[in-house]
Amino acid sequence: METRVDQLLQGTIVVLNVGLRSFAESLERQQAEVIQIDWAPPAGGDKEMMELLDQFL
Amino acid sequence: MATGVATRRNQYYDSVFLMGVNRRLLDSAGVRQSAVLMGSEANKSLLADLGIEDVQVQHARPNDLVAAVIADSTQAAEAALAQLDDFLAGGQPAGASPNPRTLEEGLRLKPAGNLAVISIPGEYAAAEVEKALTAGLHVFLFSSNVPVEDELRLKRLAGEKGLLLMGPDCGTAILGGVGLGFSNAVRRGPIGVVAAAGTGLQEFTSQVHAAGSGISHAIGTGGRDLSDAIGGLTAVAGLEALDRDAQTRVVAVISKPPGPKALDRLLERIRSTRKPVIGCFLGAGRELVKAKGNLQIASTIDEAVRVSLGEVGRPVEQDELGPGDTEEERVRQEARRWSKTQRYVRGLFAGGTFCYQSQQILREAGLHAHSNAPLEPRLKLGDSNRSEQHTLVDMGSEEYTLARPHPMIDGTLRRQRILQEGGDPETAVLLLDFVLGYNASADPVGALLDGIRQAVQGARAGGRTLTVVASICGTREDPQDLEAQRRLLREAGVCVFQSSARAAAFCASLVNAAGG
Repeated sequence: METRVDQLLQGTIVVLNVGLRSFAESLERQQAEVIQIDWAPPAGGDKEMMELLDQFL
Repeated sequence: MATGVATRRNQYYDSVFLMGVNRRLLDSAGVRQSAVLMGSEANKSLLADLGIEDVQVQHARPNDLVAAVIADSTQAAEAALAQLDDFLAGGQPAGASPNPRTLEEGLRLKPAGNLAVISIPGEYAAAEVEKALTAGLHVFLFSSNVPVEDELRLKRLAGEKGLLLMGPDCGTAILGGVGLGFSNAVRRGPIGVVAAAGTGLQEFTSQVHAAGSGISHAIGTGGRDLSDAIGGLTAVAGLEALDRDAQTRVVAVISKPPGPKALDRLLERIRSTRKPVIGCFLGAGRELVKAKGNLQIASTIDEAVRVSLGEVGRPVEQDELGPGDTEEERVRQEARRWSKTQRYVRGLFAGGTFCYQSQQILREAGLHAHSNAPLEPRLKLGDSNRSEQHTLVDMGSEEYTLARPHPMIDGTLRRQRILQEGGDPETAVLLLDFVLGYNASADPVGALLDGIRQAVQGARAGGRTLTVVASICGTREDPQDLEAQRRLLREAGVCVFQSSARAAAFCASLVNAAGG
């Protein structure tokens, strides 16, 4: 039976790049399909606020 | 001396981008030292170490940008910081549409997305990985400093969902010909790899390519995967996937010595693999695992490459891999001129695997090297910044990379250490590695070259002959020009190998010829 990992290895990777923009650029250079996610620390990096938000969401 | 600080509220940038901004700030007139960082607690304490304690810094949050300069005068500091917004704008693609800010938004725009590549600060990484796995995405997790409990929990979650989680602290992978993270441009072919050792994977795949063969997939696991705490969950999943993969005809497994329980689990899985498996457990010695059935053991990456190539019908002689430098004989002559004080190898590595493998090769030649990442606890350096006798330093380890770029992208710290070792009358030979490929420095040799020249000249002025030996990991297809990098080193009198193992063995032979 074909697993999800098999599908990944046999198919074409489509990347969601969370973080270093240069990683997305190197994927583009290799003609891979990629979308850049402009991540930033949630709740401005405030840990207590993040935990509160996690409880609500 | 004057200090200047500027902050930008709610402007988040990644560390590699900020490294470029910092470089431009440092190039401004009159600036002696500078730092451009996000306002996390770790970064704030780094600024405090530089002597920068400003009320603006204290109030900065992880989402706020902090730029600090130490300059010759207040005017110079102000003039440099006045350019900050220009420098920040310089790296952004003009007119680009705003990118999504969350995985959910990203998936709406790219519903075919199947892999999340995550490289955010470690403290935030686990939450993002969980979101990705829950959304059905495989994950390549580059971030380090992820707690081991989170790693175990997330790898179990990935297993339940039938997804692959590579990392945390996974530097390299190649899936279907596409390199992720720090990886080299290699052709596709019949050899699969599972590696818990990032630069080990790069060296292996680059050498397979140089020998004319290719890689089906190279799956990174993260350095901790084969510890007993994690039990090799990703390594086993990767091995199973490569066993099923029609293109893969042989699988190499590259790692430091696994934990006993993880090793048992891995060996059990290897036994039921239908393909030949080559195990390369660096630093372990041959007694750890014996070849049996479909498992063959290689003690170095070079040997793993040779055995793998043999299995796919491309046998190569040792000398065809990473050919020796034509300069070897000249350098042997040069080593005869070492002064009496010059007795030791000093290795400064960007690649952790190279540091580890080099210690093993020196040990086999009877030379016991001290290190910040030693083969045996008794050889651990008391102070990583101070060499003792033979010393090999992993400059990519956490103590050198906390809130600082990795030596594969920024040579600043390694250049300083080259000068330090060159000035030590006990240093006979400097051993260096250079790693090319995607996301590595655009000119790794250029970043260290004048440091190497200064070290050699400084030694000469002190009546010593300093020998420099280097290896380059990379392929002709990499974004950097392999031949040009090699030529630069040769012109500076450096003896260059295309294999880290051979460079280390050459250093050992020089030292032993000189009387150990």
